[in-house]
Amino acid sequence: MANLRELSKQPEVLTQGHRLCAGCGHGTIVRQILAASPDPVVIGCATGCLEVATTIYPYTSWSSSWMHTAFENVAAQVSGIEAAYNALRRRDKIEQRQNFVAFAGDGGTYDIGLQALSGAAERGHRMMYVCLDNGAYMNTGIQRSSATPLGADTTTSPAGSVLPGKSEHRKDLTAIMAAHDVAFVAQAAPSHWNDLVTKAQKGFAADGFSFLNVLSPCPRGWRMDTNESIELTRLAVDTCYWPLFEVVEGEWRLTYQPKEKKPLAEWLKRQGRFRHLFTEANQHILDELQAHVDRKWEDLKRRCGI
Amino acid sequence: MAKRVALTGNEAVALAMKQINPDVVAAYPITPQTDIVQYFSSFVADGQVTTEFVRVESEHSAMSAVIGSSAAGARSITATSSQGLALMHEMLHIASSYRLPIVMPVVNRALSGPINIHCDHSDSMNARDTGWIQLYCEDTQEAYDNMFIALKIAEDPRVLTPVMVCFDGFIISHALENLVVEDEDVIKKYVGQFEPDRYLLDVDNPHTIGPLALYDYYFEVKRQQAEVMFHAMDAVSEASAEYGKVTGRNYDLFETYKLDDADVGIIVIGSTAGTARGAVDKLREQGVKAGLIKLRVFRPAPREEIVAAIRHLKALAVMDRADSYAGFGGPLFGEVRSWLYGTGASLPVVNFVYGLGGRDVVVNDVASVYEYLDKLVRNQAPLQLVQYLGVRE
Repeated sequence: MANLRELSKQPEVLTQGHRLCAGCGHGTIVRQILAASPDPVVIGCATGCLEVATTIYPYTSWSSSWMHTAFENVAAQVSGIEAAYNALRRRDKIEQRQNFVAFAGDGGTYDIGLQALSGAAERGHRMMYVCLDNGAYMNTGIQRSSATPLGADTTTSPAGSVLPGKSEHRKDLTAIMAAHDVAFVAQAAPSHWNDLVTKAQKGFAADGFSFLNVLSPCPRGWRMDTNESIELTRLAVDTCYWPLFEVVEGEWRLTYQPKEKKPLAEWLKRQGRFRHLFTEANQHILDELQAHVDRKWEDLKRRCGI
Repeated sequence: MAKRVALTGNEAVALAMKQINPDVVAAYPITPQTDIVQYFSSFVADGQVTTEFVRVESEHSAMSAVIGSSAAGARSITATSSQGLALMHEMLHIASSYRLPIVMPVVNRALSGPINIHCDHSDSMNARDTGWIQLYCEDTQEAYDNMFIALKIAEDPRVLTPVMVCFDGFIISHALENLVVEDEDVIKKYVGQFEPDRYLLDVDNPHTIGPLALYDYYFEVKRQQAEVMFHAMDAVSEASAEYGKVTGRNYDLFETYKLDDADVGIIVIGSTAGTARGAVDKLREQGVKAGLIKLRVFRPAPREEIVAAIRHLKALAVMDRADSYAGFGGPLFGEVRSWLYGTGASLPVVNFVYGLGGRDVVVNDVASVYEYLDKLVRNQAPLQLVQYLGVRE
């Protein structure tokens, strides 16, 4: 359980000067997660919004060591950093315990980075991989990824006269990572900061690989007002589109149960990317989305023994 | 005491890695490099090295991991061939741009397609403009020796650039040859310790690596990288000379054979040099003054030195074990002709693309190149700039 007073005393790792959009979830999530580390962190960052917005040469917003190399490989890159740490510790060249974090968006995780992620997870490096899932390739102008929900209007799944947005449901990456049987897997959201920070603490404390999938609101891609981002993230949790849970050694546990499961349409209708679905012709897509969320939610509850 | 042993090229390179005992090795197996990874795995399993060994799931991740480990302050090695090197391609540029002194044996193998496992240089030539230093080896001894020299060059503070140690798949990697191996103490002393000024794990001095550099800074970064290669030649020569002092085996940027009084010469890379020496001897017996240059260092390009060595020739053939599909022969050919341009040298320079996909090259094949050059000089054969040797046309 995180203590806000204690957290507020933690040195800021992501500091001022970054150029993330107003309302972007990334900065909030990253600061919440890094505040959970009791030890210095070394950060790897995949190509994406977080990378381009925080390290525009000759400036950097990071007060810890930070490295970006490419889009699809942050898990492998941080594997190497952790390997260096192990080697240099063994050879008495460094002493202090350090933590290792990889940040990537959903494009860099669900799609192009999945192989490197799977490899690093299987090898069990002591690192935490955080997917900042805003549901599309936002950095390059809102192209669909395999994290994009069914029906969403993106620039590569535009809502047209024949195709009403993305044709496929999103990939259940958190479950895929849980199937890797790593030390710690969790799904979280910045609206539930205590839940997120507690999960980050568990990830940092784990003696092995941990994976956090965090829903990150994107005003540009979701087409909402910038002051609504945390509220809409909360709604994603309360509609059970984005349930909060964790998996430890094969044990699934729901970490937050909405008092009342809200209809998915409440979340959808507040985002421009779904606006075209609210017509008679596209009602079946709304129905399919709701049915999908219902099925996944029941499935999750079953896994959690509820 | 140094001792004489019989090893395959892969065994010798794995032994070199064992003697270096690097902080981190991240590697993925691929034919014909596989033995290196296997031998090194045994060293790790038997506690003969204290290296952190990362058995990655692809070559892209191998290069990504050693980029991470090198930046974190660890002496780092990987190894690959062919498709593996091609898969790494994106990361090769990043390794050199970030000035990371990674060493990588490249066991030369033809690139697909069609898929083929045997030797040519299409893989490392495909990576010639990635900002890596490239050393090429003729035999097992050179592959072994160049591993240590490569490390010394890479970590030279004037250079801080990754180095490929390229040697021919199967011909060197799998052939058993006698070589001299050094005592581990001698090697340890020669390679010393890796002590980077800045590294990610230095918690008291954190820094950002790999920021976004746009039109206002990118060009300067690349210009500095280009500048490295102007100084790298000194580092290559000095590291090689120091190794020569320690071991008695001396390596230059290139090696010549009966070149000084030669009329016709060829320039070649890799194991074919041995075959070519046989051809030189054969031609000399026939009264043709044949000579040979074996290129060891291709990046940085030993332009002035090569031009000085070949300008007295009456004709030169450049042997390429790769094509560049420019409609004008292989990569070495284009470069050597460019090196000569404007130097006042006017000898005809022709290209023979040979040995692709492991096509065998024997003494008579190389002899036929000399015979062609001899006829060309005597005006008994037409100037044909690009020819393909030993192929069914």
